[in-house]
Amino acid sequence: MQSIRQNHLPDALPDFRNLGVISRVLLSVNALALLFALARSREIGEFAVKVTEIAGSLEPVLLLVVVVLYTASALLERLAYAQGLVAVFAIVLAATAALFPLQSSLGGGDWRELAWNLGCAALGTGAVAWYFHLRNRAFSPAISEARLQALQARIRPHFLFNSLNAVLSLIRKDPKRAEGALEDLAELFRTVMADNRELITLREELSLCRQYLNLEQLRLGDRLRVDWRVDPAADEALVPPMVLQPLVENAVYHGIEPGIGPGLIEVRIERRSDRLWLQLTNPYHPDYQHRQGNHMALANIRERLQLHFDVEASLNTRIDDGRYEIGIAMPYRTSA
Amino acid sequence: MNPIRVVIVDDEQPARSRLRELLEDCRAELPHSVAGEAANGVEGLQVAASAEADVVLVDIHMPEMSGIEFARHLQVLERPPAVIFVTAHDQYAVEAFEVNALDYLTKPVRAVRLLAALKKAASGARPTRAVLESIDPAPRRHFSVAERGRVTLVPVSEVIYLRAELKYVTLRTRGREHLVEEALTQVEQEFGSVFVRIHRNCLVARRLIRGFERGAETEGDAGWSVVLEGLDERLPVSRRQWAQVKSLAG
Repeated sequence: MQSIRQNHLPDALPDFRNLGVISRVLLSVNALALLFALARSREIGEFAVKVTEIAGSLEPVLLLVVVVLYTASALLERLAYAQGLVAVFAIVLAATAALFPLQSSLGGGDWRELAWNLGCAALGTGAVAWYFHLRNRAFSPAISEARLQALQARIRPHFLFNSLNAVLSLIRKDPKRAEGALEDLAELFRTVMADNRELITLREELSLCRQYLNLEQLRLGDRLRVDWRVDPAADEALVPPMVLQPLVENAVYHGIEPGIGPGLIEVRIERRSDRLWLQLTNPYHPDYQHRQGNHMALANIRERLQLHFDVEASLNTRIDDGRYEIGIAMPYRTSA
Repeated sequence: MNPIRVVIVDDEQPARSRLRELLEDCRAELPHSVAGEAANGVEGLQVAASAEADVVLVDIHMPEMSGIEFARHLQVLERPPAVIFVTAHDQYAVEAFEVNALDYLTKPVRAVRLLAALKKAASGARPTRAVLESIDPAPRRHFSVAERGRVTLVPVSEVIYLRAELKYVTLRTRGREHLVEEALTQVEQEFGSVFVRIHRNCLVARRLIRGFERGAETEGDAGWSVVLEGLDERLPVSRRQWAQVKSLAG
């Protein structure tokens, strides 16, 4: 059952607070309106008149609908897909009807025109709903694909075998520490092998990173130094699972292992109103850039951020003053 | 039979202590002593030389100098030790070791495998430069010179020029000269982006070229010579190379 369910995401309403979703709604409805105007006009002059006419009645309704959906988004999320869809249709029709008197006061309009407008609104809403349904279907295999890729790209075999070797070195001399290390390793792999499509709290992701770093500390000793600056206000933020761990692993692999002396990894996390900022820096070794794996992890995380947050998340990298820096910005969301 | 002398080179302390434990487990079957250990290739070369190691266990994945480059420098010793490579996970290297019948172990290392490798290594052939180069074609970071039973490493970045003279190649740095056993054509191939040939017998560091001067008359022909940063001497550029070299003045 598990494997069958993994192939398809259940249908769900899009997140109406997401900038990407809002712009898709605005663009697609206006594109429909243009097509409609084009179909109803016989010459170019008439087309311009039609567009103005349609825009006059359409835009106020569209804006009102977007605002209402944005506000009601939390409530809509709790409904099942079918109920949510009914609610959205109701909102659109209500908005059309509510703003109709405004339009009629500007230039007349009778009940027949109202019926016509309502019909258009219902058709338009249906078309947009159908578009989001198709988009959801197109992306649902992509998400499980990304999850699989993630599974392969994350946790390098190099790390697993080196860690096991370090644990073996402890068993005779320090069995207690060996136990702790194996527990960390088990926990880490439990997360890696889990179905990682649901968002988790930043607190959980950070504890995973700490377990990973404990293991690396075991074999790298003093060479690995980590400076955490985590805004406690960000603890409950929802993030894609394994959004930070592969980056920390990269930082160790590309930033710490190639150096003989101690190297510092810095993790900064901040919440600024409704945005979450993650920043990670590590020493940059230009001579070791042939080591494999970095771009795969970055592309994978970028893809998952986009699947979860659309255009509202970003991931940027740069090299500054001998340090490699990764910055991630995403919307601050909580489950509450 | 004298017990064989083993040296361990690995940048991770737990990995070194694990190898020591395993060697301990093998001692009854194969008498040996651990003659030293080092956390990187540069130290490892000195330890291996001064301990007169018979066998070196070396991790291939180390900072500053890879285990493969380390093995190449070992070969300048008069009596180079056998090398057993150790790797956590490097499929490419493992395939290359198999193809070239080199001894290697994968981490976590098993005592049985270690014992077999030690038995074989003590009598086995040493890896050749060509084989090591084929495993890791990346340019070395150092040249190595055997001097009084030690290995002196000269970072490639410190070399001003290499000049072939009769039997040897002279390698010049700011401070001094070394005689190295290298062939200019091979150096040119390995470090194409670092050195440029200015003459049949001479390679110079590209980034140190400051300009050119009309040279003193030699054999009735006043050719160009190159001005290098940190060097008073002027080196003649052959007519053949002039066309390629003249654009490099920085």
